[in-house]
Amino acid sequence: MSITWTRRQRALRRFWADFRTHRAGVVGLAILVVAVVLALAAPLFIDEGVTNVVRGTGEKLAPPSLDDPLGTDESGRSVLLLIWWGSRTSLLIGFLAALLSMVIGTVLGIAAGHFRGWIGAVIMRITDWFLVLPSLVTALVLAAILGGSTATIVIAIGVTSWPSTARLIRAQTLAVEARPYIERSTALGAGHWHITTRHVLPNVAPLLLASTTLEVASAIVTESTLAFLGVSANKTSWGTMLRGSYDWGAATSGAWWYILLPGLCIVIVVLAFTLCGRALETVLNPRLRGATR
Amino acid sequence: MTVAQSATKAIDAVEERPARHGLVRYAAAKAGGALLSIAMVIVATFFLFRLLPGDPVRALAQGRNMTPEQLDLERRRLGLDRSLPEQFVHFVNQTVQFDLGTSYEYKRPVLDLIGERIGSTLLLTGTALVMAVSLGIWQGARAGWKPGSRFDRFSTAISLVLWSVPTFWLGLLLLMVFAAGIGPIPGLFPTRGIESVDAPDGFAYVLDVAKHMVLPCLTMVAVVYAQYLLVMRSSVLDEVGQDYVTTARAKGLRDDEIRRKHAVPNALLPTVTLVFMRIGFIVGGAVTVEAIFSWPGLGQLFYEAIRVPDFTLMQGTFLLITVSVILMNTLADVVYHVLDPRVRSA
Repeated sequence: MSITWTRRQRALRRFWADFRTHRAGVVGLAILVVAVVLALAAPLFIDEGVTNVVRGTGEKLAPPSLDDPLGTDESGRSVLLLIWWGSRTSLLIGFLAALLSMVIGTVLGIAAGHFRGWIGAVIMRITDWFLVLPSLVTALVLAAILGGSTATIVIAIGVTSWPSTARLIRAQTLAVEARPYIERSTALGAGHWHITTRHVLPNVAPLLLASTTLEVASAIVTESTLAFLGVSANKTSWGTMLRGSYDWGAATSGAWWYILLPGLCIVIVVLAFTLCGRALETVLNPRLRGATR
Repeated sequence: MTVAQSATKAIDAVEERPARHGLVRYAAAKAGGALLSIAMVIVATFFLFRLLPGDPVRALAQGRNMTPEQLDLERRRLGLDRSLPEQFVHFVNQTVQFDLGTSYEYKRPVLDLIGERIGSTLLLTGTALVMAVSLGIWQGARAGWKPGSRFDRFSTAISLVLWSVPTFWLGLLLLMVFAAGIGPIPGLFPTRGIESVDAPDGFAYVLDVAKHMVLPCLTMVAVVYAQYLLVMRSSVLDEVGQDYVTTARAKGLRDDEIRRKHAVPNALLPTVTLVFMRIGFIVGGAVTVEAIFSWPGLGQLFYEAIRVPDFTLMQGTFLLITVSVILMNTLADVVYHVLDPRVRSA
């Protein structure tokens, strides 16, 4: 046990040393940590009341001032506080949807790679079918039909975004299972469960980490798009704010703060996830090592 | 799907392509697969739209004044008074005859509505796609040829930022700056629609439409081209170290010529595959862009159906969009098989 532990510790240290050399990745990681801490700490300073239309204290669509550093929206609510509170929804849905997509993708990917024969063929057929479906359109239909609660938005995004993960994981599973120690394991009587969970899963896990990070980025974009197109029932997320700005004609009336700032938050967070994910990918994926840089 | 993943996938797709079959057999197999996919779409659509929690008619009637008789009539019109298997047979029967039902909102056949709108969608997405592909391939090839150069770093940074920008937000920004005008910048382009109310005739009409198309088109190009750039860059990067490039260099060819005549044609293959494989992504972008700029196309029709909500219209447009995406993918597969000599002769 202790040998394994030391080995893992050393691997982790080597990984961190490698990751640290990617400056963009480190910057991304730092932004992420700040964003997540801010979102988690929000209830210590403000509460859901900031999203209450009636309690909006400022002037309507007022430009940034000392009272409201980032201006106000159409009901006089502070844009700064809305963005802060909204970050919770956006990040939560981003993480949960990416998690769901990863779980589906990993399970089906490993299954498709492990059970060759007809089970694998059927799974790949289904994966390819999902891959072809226009994901945003499908997610829109799902959210419109199931209603726009947080859970259904997570499901709509998760169900439409797993196929690429499944393919990636399947390819990796095939590569892992071609190695001799799997044969040795089978000879010693290891079953499907043992091989997939003890040998394949730990081997695909690093790749999975990189691809989850990238998946969170695209889940956040999809969430904001769904909210903007009006299928989300969440009262505050960055997408809902932008929907409000569009409905109230902020673009034509010159209320730039109402459009610029929520969108900028999306871009910064998504960019941070992307930078982080790319750095992870370069560190963890031997195929990319040395190629892109 | 992320850029890097799609790149690997595109490359995988090239490698996995079955080589021994003749073109006809290959095309037939692909067509069979497409038919199966379409059948799966039809079945999935049927069950998806029967998943509606509660009574769909009641959901439809939300916020409208409807008497119980009207509700009953509506229920019968949608065929909800029949059993599920009966409904299924009826639905499949109608769908394969291209009868997509009657829109609740417009009181007109869905297929007619689609027919009216499809032209403007093809115009917008077609133009945007051509521009995005050529720009992405050109810039990606230059960036990948000299990795680490200033041009490369600039291109990669631009595309990563654009990749992170939600389509609709970019549209809003362009709307704010170039249509509404901000500060000293006057509003240069129209905010909505495909033509002016008092649209002129002849050539002036073409100019009018073109002017309406600038902002929607720009939005789509900006978001879509980033991924082509990144994929093209990484596939050119793969070619840089190849032996044939060294040979060409040893023969004394100019650097530019090696890139254009030797490396780029080889690097194009995964990129072209990706363009067609990601057609669904472009369709999603079209929905968003058309919704923002009120471009009277298929995407806006779909968006309106969701906003109302008009489930028959939603179902019809969804079916049409998915089926055309599947057909495009299949066509691309076959065309690709013809174009790629490595697949053909092997």
